[in-house]
Amino acid sequence: MSVQPETFKSLVKAAAERVIASAPELTSLDQAIGDGDHGTNMKRGCEAVLGKLDVISAQPLDEALKMIGKTLVMTVGGASGPLYGSFFLAAGEALSHDKHLPDDLADVFGSAVNAVSARGRSQVGEKTMLDVLVPVLETLKMAAGQPDLIARVRATATEAVERTAPMQATKGRASFLGARSVGHVDPGARSSCVLVQAVCAGLEARP
Amino acid sequence: MTDTVGIVIVSHSADIAKGTADMVRQMVGSEVKVAFCGGNPDGGLGTSVPLIIDAINDAWSPKGVAVLVDLGGAETNSEMAVEMLEPARRDLVVVCNAPIVEGAVMAATEAAGGSSLAQVKAVAEELSAD
Repeated sequence: MSVQPETFKSLVKAAAERVIASAPELTSLDQAIGDGDHGTNMKRGCEAVLGKLDVISAQPLDEALKMIGKTLVMTVGGASGPLYGSFFLAAGEALSHDKHLPDDLADVFGSAVNAVSARGRSQVGEKTMLDVLVPVLETLKMAAGQPDLIARVRATATEAVERTAPMQATKGRASFLGARSVGHVDPGARSSCVLVQAVCAGLEARP
Repeated sequence: MTDTVGIVIVSHSADIAKGTADMVRQMVGSEVKVAFCGGNPDGGLGTSVPLIIDAINDAWSPKGVAVLVDLGGAETNSEMAVEMLEPARRDLVVVCNAPIVEGAVMAATEAAGGSSLAQVKAVAEELSAD
């Protein structure tokens, strides 16, 4: 089994639209502990992806993911551009090297998460998008092949976002606030959750 | 003219990038190639990978290019830009861990003397040492 082009296209569209719709919330979270541009940056990147979606979804899956990554890198305009860009570039790269979906989903997702960690020189627990992506990866590994995989991924992502609130940021602009970053959900963790939830919702809605 | 290391200034603000470049030029005149960029792809505060790539290529020198950045996203985007350069250029570009204005002025002054890329980077980064 492989991922059908029309499925891929509808998932990308749904995820991008969901992020665009969440831009005001992402910006307001970022205003609390960052520089307040996460929503507008992600919106710009997702709009660029939507603008190229026909070209992107006409590619083989590995190339399509790399094209999404490169588009985000070139258009987002904040650190989230290279971070999310590296995620999709690495996922595409993994698929170019003998990995296949859906069987190798956890491996491919793992490569993408590692790329984010390397790009941001960050680890889990530092109040970043990794605090959602790493728990999701763990669930993908543990629940691989289970019928309730999607539901478990959704629950993991939602719980993981909330767990960033008590964390103190040590990476990114929020680290300037030190202890004052405590009590706010991380905007990057939130945008990662939005993406994960949108993809899960799209998969659940498949006939 | 002997080749000197090129200097690129990447700020979230186009005004800061330009102002920093003005200060560098006052110090070193036209002995060193200086390029700068600031602002996100829409022109707001932020940085832009394509603009950084253009700036690196504008300041290109066979001795390499030292990039000075302000805050986090400028650094991440600059590192990404370096990786997206043509392969022959990638290893000849460094992103300095130094304050943007002082770092750019120190780096350019060192570059003007004909120093290597490693020396230019080291002089800029002395500013960040405790």
